[in-house]
Amino acid sequence: MADRSKSKIRFSRLYSFSCLRSPFRDKHSQIGQKGFSRVVYCNEPDNPDQLQLMYRSNYVSTTKYNAFNFIPKSLFEQFRRVANLYFLVVACVSFSPLAPYTATSILFPLIVVIGATMAKEAVEDWRRRKQDIEANNRKVEVYERNHNFQETRWKKLRVGDLVKVYKNEYFPADLLLLSSSYEDGICYVETMNLDGETNLKLKHALDVTASLHDDNSFQQFKAVIKCEDPNEDLYTFVGTLLYDGQQHPLSVQQMLLRDSKLRNTDYIYGVVVFTGHDTKVMQNATDPPSKRSKIEKKMDKIIYILFSTLILISFIGSFFFGIQTKNDIVGGKLKRWYLQPDKTTVFYDPKRAVLAAFFHFLTGLMLYGSLIPISLYVSIEVVKVLQCIFINQDQDMYYEDTDKPARARTSNLNEELGQVDTILSDKTGTLTCNSMEFVKCTIAGIAYGRGMTEVERALAKRKGKAVPDSGNISSYVQGSSNGHTGSRKSVRGFNFKDERIMNGHWVDEPHADVIQKFFRVLALCHTAIPDVNQESGEISYEAESPDEAAFVIAARELGFEFFERTQTSISLHEFDHQSGRKIDRSYKLLHILEFSSARKRMSVIVKNVENQLLLLCKGADSVMFERLSRNGQDFEATTRDHIKEYAEAGLRTLVIAYRELNEEEIRLWEEEFLKAQTSLNVDRDAMVDAAADKIERNLILLGATAVEDKLQKGVPECIDKLAEAGIKMWVITGDKMETAINIGYACSLLRDDMKQIVVTLDSPEINELEKQGDKEAIAKALSVSISKQISEGNSQLRLSKGSSISFGLIIDGKSLSFALNKNLEDSFLDLAINCSSVICCRSTPKQKALVTRLVKKGIGKTTLAIGDGANDVGMLQEADIGVGISGVEGMQAVMSSDFSIAQFRFLERLLLVHGHWCYRRISMMDVSARLCLKYPVLYKEGVQNVFFSWPRILGWMFNGVISSMIIFFFTTNAVANQAFRRDGHVVDYEVLGVMMYTCVVWTVNCQMAISINYFTWIQHFFIWGSIAFWYAFLVMYGAVSPIISTTAYQVLVEACAPSPFYWLVTLLVVMSSLLPYLSYRTLQIQFQPMIHDIIQRLRSEGSETEIPGELSLGSKDKLALVEDKLRDRESLLQ
Amino acid sequence: MVTIRADEISNIIRERIEQYNREVKIVNTGDEASQTISKKSKKPQYSRFTQQELPACKPILTPGLVITTLISIGIIFVPIGLGSLSASEHVVEIVDRYDDACIPSNGDDEAAKRERLSFIQNAKTNKTCIRNLVVPKKMKHPIHVYYQLDNFYQNHRRYVKSRSDRQYRSPGSEGDTKTCAPESEVDDHRPIVPCGLIAWSLFNDTYGISTKDNPIPINKKDIAWQSDKNSKFGSNVYPKNFQKQDPVGGGKLNESLPLSEQEDLLVWMRTAALPNFRKLYGRIETDLEADEKITVVIQNNYNTYSFDSKKQLVLSTTTWIGGKNDFLGKAYISVGGTCLFLAIAFILTYVIKPRPLGDPAYLSWNLNSATR
Repeated sequence: MADRSKSKIRFSRLYSFSCLRSPFRDKHSQIGQKGFSRVVYCNEPDNPDQLQLMYRSNYVSTTKYNAFNFIPKSLFEQFRRVANLYFLVVACVSFSPLAPYTATSILFPLIVVIGATMAKEAVEDWRRRKQDIEANNRKVEVYERNHNFQETRWKKLRVGDLVKVYKNEYFPADLLLLSSSYEDGICYVETMNLDGETNLKLKHALDVTASLHDDNSFQQFKAVIKCEDPNEDLYTFVGTLLYDGQQHPLSVQQMLLRDSKLRNTDYIYGVVVFTGHDTKVMQNATDPPSKRSKIEKKMDKIIYILFSTLILISFIGSFFFGIQTKNDIVGGKLKRWYLQPDKTTVFYDPKRAVLAAFFHFLTGLMLYGSLIPISLYVSIEVVKVLQCIFINQDQDMYYEDTDKPARARTSNLNEELGQVDTILSDKTGTLTCNSMEFVKCTIAGIAYGRGMTEVERALAKRKGKAVPDSGNISSYVQGSSNGHTGSRKSVRGFNFKDERIMNGHWVDEPHADVIQKFFRVLALCHTAIPDVNQESGEISYEAESPDEAAFVIAARELGFEFFERTQTSISLHEFDHQSGRKIDRSYKLLHILEFSSARKRMSVIVKNVENQLLLLCKGADSVMFERLSRNGQDFEATTRDHIKEYAEAGLRTLVIAYRELNEEEIRLWEEEFLKAQTSLNVDRDAMVDAAADKIERNLILLGATAVEDKLQKGVPECIDKLAEAGIKMWVITGDKMETAINIGYACSLLRDDMKQIVVTLDSPEINELEKQGDKEAIAKALSVSISKQISEGNSQLRLSKGSSISFGLIIDGKSLSFALNKNLEDSFLDLAINCSSVICCRSTPKQKALVTRLVKKGIGKTTLAIGDGANDVGMLQEADIGVGISGVEGMQAVMSSDFSIAQFRFLERLLLVHGHWCYRRISMMDVSARLCLKYPVLYKEGVQNVFFSWPRILGWMFNGVISSMIIFFFTTNAVANQAFRRDGHVVDYEVLGVMMYTCVVWTVNCQMAISINYFTWIQHFFIWGSIAFWYAFLVMYGAVSPIISTTAYQVLVEACAPSPFYWLVTLLVVMSSLLPYLSYRTLQIQFQPMIHDIIQRLRSEGSETEIPGELSLGSKDKLALVEDKLRDRESLLQ
Repeated sequence: MVTIRADEISNIIRERIEQYNREVKIVNTGDEASQTISKKSKKPQYSRFTQQELPACKPILTPGLVITTLISIGIIFVPIGLGSLSASEHVVEIVDRYDDACIPSNGDDEAAKRERLSFIQNAKTNKTCIRNLVVPKKMKHPIHVYYQLDNFYQNHRRYVKSRSDRQYRSPGSEGDTKTCAPESEVDDHRPIVPCGLIAWSLFNDTYGISTKDNPIPINKKDIAWQSDKNSKFGSNVYPKNFQKQDPVGGGKLNESLPLSEQEDLLVWMRTAALPNFRKLYGRIETDLEADEKITVVIQNNYNTYSFDSKKQLVLSTTTWIGGKNDFLGKAYISVGGTCLFLAIAFILTYVIKPRPLGDPAYLSWNLNSATR
């Protein structure tokens, strides 16, 4: 069985670097002291000592409310809103005789508003709860007292439980790794949910426990773990294991963290150390902040203004009321006798005029309460819900492959979408699909590979060239169309097309021998494990990283099929160009010098069947070219050129080289290497490095590979559009700098004509310094170095001011942690803001959140964070808007996001179309989706907050005041006291009321109509419908019994409608109150048009019809003209 | 992620082909199939509403449109204004203030005020007062007779609320007087009908008009709104205990007439919106010739002397627009004129500074001037 053979491999012997034993360190002495007091009795969860410690259960709850605190807690949340509090107070007062109207008329809308919002909260929390339930009820195998592993639910796990976790399962709690299906107790772990890194991590059990291989060996297993208390640090662990009477040090190497996943390993055994909320991942979790949009915050301010106005008006009113009331009795004589001021209540008592005035003030607060627009809150809620529906239902944001539509998960932030200034994006899974494809290579100075990358396509498109469409479909779909060829079936991870070397044609190439060596290196120099499908005979690979898998697959596809790995050998099916047949070749594996970010290269030393000793090496160009032997540099120049080309196309390159060794050489080196490896010195690592360095020299260059870190479809175009809309883009990633820069190029964040400012601590001097110890000195030196680099960058920027050079800033995580310090924060922000794109690499989840906060606070504008992994959660929560990519797996990001989309490119539509519309929600729409996308510049109106700026708000308020003054004074002056009908009837207060309110209804709706530029039947329906409804209401309400309708009885039908005067007043007042706004807008459009004005005008002139097919001939010419103009403009700008 | 199985790939391909086949089938079989498919997938359903693709008209404030609008407003408004103004001019109106003339002492000092009050509040004094008026122009019938009160707050919150529509409507609700305080019931708790301050303060001056020796009858029928007579006030509700105890406010009612026929009360009960108001007293159904002298015999009963008020008698004809008020006509003319003026101004700016609105030069995204 394949499984068996695999588990026999002892990788710890092959790996030279990473399987280091963890020695006792300083911190281990602290065990048992404060902060390191945890004691776990392994395999004895029922041990009385264990029970006494009362560790938390593994039940996890992420909900905001529970059944008991929901009502008080959510009510409290609701009444933090000023307006709600005001309405509550008013509702309470309205039960007193003070109220100018019935209590229900104010209580009802309040209950609706609060009820709706609370229901929304409840639904959202219910979703979280459902997710918790799902997680808590997942199954895991636990060792029971009957000495068997039995399935149990996650939430039932206790500290000290022994669990067995299978391949591709999540760890239910923080576990101590005891042993695995591999003999030496290693296992691979995917920590994407924790730190977003896709490379598998190697974990290693203690030697003493690694032998516990099957279920039966745990009958007698007893051990005690003493370790640190629960904390949030993902990268350290301090503890000891007392087993068989001996103390063994534990480190993070033995820890398997909750929410990470077991990969490439059939199963592991582990002991539960931290449960539930004690686990590292839960300790890292922060409460979901309740986000409020800027507009909502501004609304609060507006409410304050209105509230002050309300108080002022009420005060003035009550002041004069008090004076009048006091004068009602002067010297014992009643003045306004018809009010009977001598037999009055406290509210009108002339003897207690001050008190009466005070009560009148309260009444005034209620009476003029319509200044505080509770109905506005209701309608905003309704509009937001509608907008959410529009986002959810948008077919253009639906991703068929994963069957995922877009989701607006909170409705509070819709309009913020229209104001995003900076996007902070994750890389893996967000910009890229996290799959690597082998697309090109250069061998012996000849470039192979005809495929076109996404980036090249985007570049070509930008230059206006025609793009062949063939490459557009994902590579694996193509195979189905020409399936009859069989051998040409396309494969995931392999997107290489070149008839010169495919299907064995490489033998006819001029440097066939070099090509053969090249692919042998690819097939041999890796740590992947083959997995042969017994039925079909097809082979899949389990590799540590997608890059590596891509290489092995490429080798396989080109005729060097790696099919077996044993402890000491690697076997290939090879195409033999002499015999023209497939033959098996076995290579004896002597050493693996594996990849590390410091070494930037990997080598294997093998002996082939001809007993040749070969060192096969692949690595980054920066370290490889200096290692070439003098006679191995034949194609160096052309290879360098090709590598440069590839890098510009956004591809990841690796240089492939080899050397032949002789027995003597290898023997000497092995001795030295072994010495270094077994050394117990502190600088053992350095010695091993140095030893490895010695043999990886005098290499002979074969060529280079180019792997595409496949961008998601449409990413470069989307980023272009967003840039055009004036949105700045930061990429914050955990990847290493080279990868990040590559992706920067790939998604057109970085361009050739850009100057790069790199801030890094990865320089020789710094490394030297770090070796010396003395932490404080190091920290100080690093800080100084960073501040120097930042100020250099700033001065560069200043020098180039005025020129057209744009800058890209690249900074790594370590530098970032210094740059984010208080004293450097400002200058760093200065630098970052002035660069047109910023890439932060090697950053931790926490740094992502910190950068987000810095940007948010620093520039004070709306930030949007987008990410897909659990490591992005902090960032998503910190940003004003969090957008989660709902990928194939892992819902953490989505759960903590405000919006979720399936693909990065949908962001364009979400922001430019929905954001724009949501922001301009009053009118629902002003220009169509197509125009929004065509002219991203429209978005700028949102970023600059044109429509909700103070001048505009005050302008509208002013307009309101003018309109109301016109309405009031025109109507009252028009009616004065004369008859308003031919039959001599005069206006009483019901008629005047109807007259004024008719004018209000007309004015408000017409005002709306002239400020809207986009009428569908919905707008028509609601605007003209509102007006019609007013009359209908008057008729209907006027028809019911006068007991109910009182003053409204028959008022329209009998009194107003037959009077021409009534209609003339309406016409006059409405037109007059619209005139100020109309003339203002006309002047504005003429002299200071806004962007959407121009675009609408373009459209109305016929140059931008919605359906191109319906263009008239004349407007077609015009369209061409305008487009020419636009193009000229654009070319001028570039 | 890392693992790539060939069988997975073939699965994917197979799925793809199946999906393609399904789609082909949908095309072939039409709607039914598509509905069954879409139930399974989360793909949003298409509707023009949810996709926000509703057909729309997109009006835009172009200078042309604005100028046309303004000109047409002007063209419509000015004639309306002229029409209203002339209608108002055709109204003939006689206004006579009589409150200070119909009282013995006219001084402004406290003593005079006291005297006036004691005169008006004393039920025994003879309050008859004769006014001679001249008709300025020919007044065609019907001539409406109004009384006008100034500075009288019928719109005071306490006053407005002090009524009971239920009581006025049906005899069964006689005791429904809790909203009528302080005029809800007499001392022995029998309800007052009609209750409330409004009814209690009923205006009670009376006018008798005559020319030379011919009395001109004043028709007091149909001065109230028809709806009040028919629905708001019951034809079987009769005044009870009204103005029977101190303080006595205004007019008394004929207890043998139901409320629905007490039209003076009904007119009074329609409270005015503003402190200066007219109320219909009756109509003269004969024409009055120009320069005709008429005599009005006024019973000056109503107390407006304790607050600064005026009492006026108004005789007025009406036209289609109602009574005499030039405001509407003048306002129409001035708004219409303003519109025409603005239109001319816009035309001028358009001529002086012509700039095509759709100039894409303003669309550049790094020109801040375009946006601000």
